[in-house]
Order: sequence, then C-alpha cells, then structure tokens
Amino acid sequence: MIIENAVRHESTSDSGATSVSIIATIDGVQCVVPESAGNRHYAEIMRQVAAGTLTIADAD
Amino acid sequence: MSRAREFADLAGSADAGGLTGKNILINGGMTVAQRSTSTSMAHDGTTDAFGVDRFRISMGGTHEQLDGTFAQVTDHPLSVSGKSSKWTTGTAESSYDSDEYFYFAQLIEAQNVQHLQYGGSNAQSVTLSFYVKSSVTGTFACNLYKPDNTLRIINKTYAISSANTWEKKTITFPADTGGGGINNDNGQGLYAVWHLAAGSGSVGGGSNGAWKTYGGLTDWADGQATNAVATTAGATWQVTDCQLELGEQATPFEHRSFGDELARCQRYYQVSGSSVTNNYHVFPAQRWSSNNIFFSVPIATSMRANPTMGSDTSGNFGAVGGNNQSYAFSLSEMNFVNLDSSSITARVTVDFTPNSQYAYTGYFNTAGELQLDAEL
Repeated sequence: MIIENAVRHESTSDSGATSVSIIATIDGVQCVVPESAGNRHYAEIMRQVAAGTLTIADAD
Repeated sequence: MSRAREFADLAGSADAGGLTGKNILINGGMTVAQRSTSTSMAHDGTTDAFGVDRFRISMGGTHEQLDGTFAQVTDHPLSVSGKSSKWTTGTAESSYDSDEYFYFAQLIEAQNVQHLQYGGSNAQSVTLSFYVKSSVTGTFACNLYKPDNTLRIINKTYAISSANTWEKKTITFPADTGGGGINNDNGQGLYAVWHLAAGSGSVGGGSNGAWKTYGGLTDWADGQATNAVATTAGATWQVTDCQLELGEQATPFEHRSFGDELARCQRYYQVSGSSVTNNYHVFPAQRWSSNNIFFSVPIATSMRANPTMGSDTSGNFGAVGGNNQSYAFSLSEMNFVNLDSSSITARVTVDFTPNSQYAYTGYFNTAGELQLDAEL
C-alpha cells in the first residue's frame, strides 16, 4: 500500500466532541482515514510510521 | 407426509444447496461488484486491490514488471449468465524472484468463524470448494492463515490439468487445535487464500499438508509449484462458486439472493450517494464549531468498523442554510466524526460562521458519492 501526503486534522466541537482524521493519498486515491484501530488503512499508516517510512503532518 | 419423507426431502434440499448459512465466504459467486467490474493493477501502482466485493488480489514482494487486470466477467461453469473473477496478465514478470508472491484471497471476520472452535480439542475441519479455470496447468496451493494469537497456517494443493477448462476442486483442511484460537471480535479471523505465484522464498517452510505455527514467508505458499500465471503475458486464472464450509464434505454451492449477498458485502464496503450524473442527495447538517458544520449520511447497513471515506471524483459536496450561507467542498475537506448503525457523521470546515440557531442542509451534488471502506 503506497501512502503519501498524510495530514492529520483535528477539531473540537462546541460541546467538546473531538473529530480526528488523517487525509492521505493511498495507492493514488485521496482518502479520509479515521483514527481507529479496526480500520485497515489506519493500521497500515501506523505500521509505516513505526517503520519510519511515513510521516504524518499536522494540518495548518 | 411421513416423518421419513420430511427427512428425505430435507436431505435432498441440503444436497441441492438449498440450506442457507453454510458458506463462510461472502460473495463466493462473484456477483456483487460495488467498486468496479474491472481493476487495473501494476507492480509500480496498485499492488493490492478488490475486484468483486470481499475478494482481493495482492502482489507481495517487489515485482519489477508484472501488471494486469482483475475483473468480474460473465463466464461460469454451470450458468450461461453466471459470474466469475478473472485475472489476466498484461506485462509478465520476466523472472520470479525469491521475495515475490501473488495471491487471491478473502479475509474472514473473526466472529464469523467461532464455530470452527480453533485452538481447542473441539476444533472442526473445513472444506473449501470452488471452480477454477486457467490458461496455465500445474500444481497450485491454497492456504488458511490465522493471524490471531499464535500465527498459524496450512497449505494444500490442487492441480489444474486442462488449460482453459472449468474444473471443480475440493480441499479439506483439518482442524487446528493449537495456536490459541481465534479471538471473538470484528478483526481478521481467517484468510482463505488461492496462490497464483510464489517465489522460492515463499515455499518450502513445511506448511503444505498440516497446520503449523507460521514461521515466515517460506510457509506462505508452500506447495505452489508454478509461477506461469505471473510470468506469461496474457495468462489467465479465474474462479467462482467459492465455498468454505464446516466438515469434511463439500456440498453444492449455496446460492444466495443478490440482495442477501449485497447486504453481507455492505458490512465491509458501501456507497452513499451515487456516481450517476444528475443524481442528488441531501441530509441535515448543523453547526459543529465556529468554522465547522457536521452532517449525518444514511448508510445501508451497519459496518464492521469505522470506515475510510473516499469518492470516485474529487468530491462534489456542499452545504447550504442559515442566512444564505453556502459552501461547496471536496472529499479532502471532510473529516470523520463517528459511525453508528444507521449513519456516518462527518464534519467540514466552512468559510462562514455557522449559527447554531439555523438549520443547514448538506448535499451530494450531481455524481457526488461517498465510498465507505471497512474491509478487513
């Protein structure tokens, strides 16, 4: 799985709820990946981060 | 009607594939193809992809030349209009290196195989049956691989004896009493794998014929004896009526209705909205924060896990409401909030200040669709 341009977006609602996603290009296709252990794309992102082959940028 | 007659009829129905629920695999008849009916793959592009729902094809290691197409086709051993999944090699791999392997598979959710009772003395045998047709003859391997607890694997082989001819294959895998079993959750429970090619580094580990603890890549495809599907331009390999069932006997393929099969597939992948031009969808939205709104999009059935969101276009979405406020946005501006049994909720940063006193409406504009992927 080729993952590029990973950017982490986080926002807190008026009521304190949090929304976090990683927006990335996966195999050439733009995707919105939830930070969720059961999600296969998130698991692969974390594997590549741990391996040092992928860096996640924070959104401006 | 006598009881004997009732039992005889029941047995006859079972023999004819009339009893439902026996097939552990989903979409074994290759009928549901929500993503696409044809997927192009390449060593330097997409190396792991889904064709028909629930079935993936994957190139492992570092292929240097291989590319091809993975498609749903109307070609079936029994039905004139039945479906199968077909790999066609475009550019062949010039030589098959030791690190390379190539397979077709379905990953089965762990809580769907608890009745196999793996890891204990009550563990059950399972039987895999399928029709296969290939331009390549020779010995191919299939495996079951268990990723939970101690990694476990077993390969068994089958032979394709006649080129370009449908052949039915039946493989019984013995019970696995070791390895700590399969966790009762929504993660990966069992891989059912059909190998198409395997370099020397993915055979020879001793997994051919009996369950063993996975010792590395040499166990992955032990028994696979041909790589010609990958090393021959124009080679084909296709399969249909895949069934994995409890016991040591293959019974006739369980035909499910299209709606039943689709609903099972949608637990792992579904589309909200439509890619059809001039097709519109609207849903309620409201303020999330000073520069965000959020909205809930209905889903067809509850999904296995929080899904990845994608779109077939860059996205063609928007929100309107409030005091003539509106904002058009693309997929890359959306963020996941939460998932429940009937909807997925997302938020988007907008260029206006939403008012909590106003109602907003989110919309998918013409040809805007949201693809939700919760595959294993």
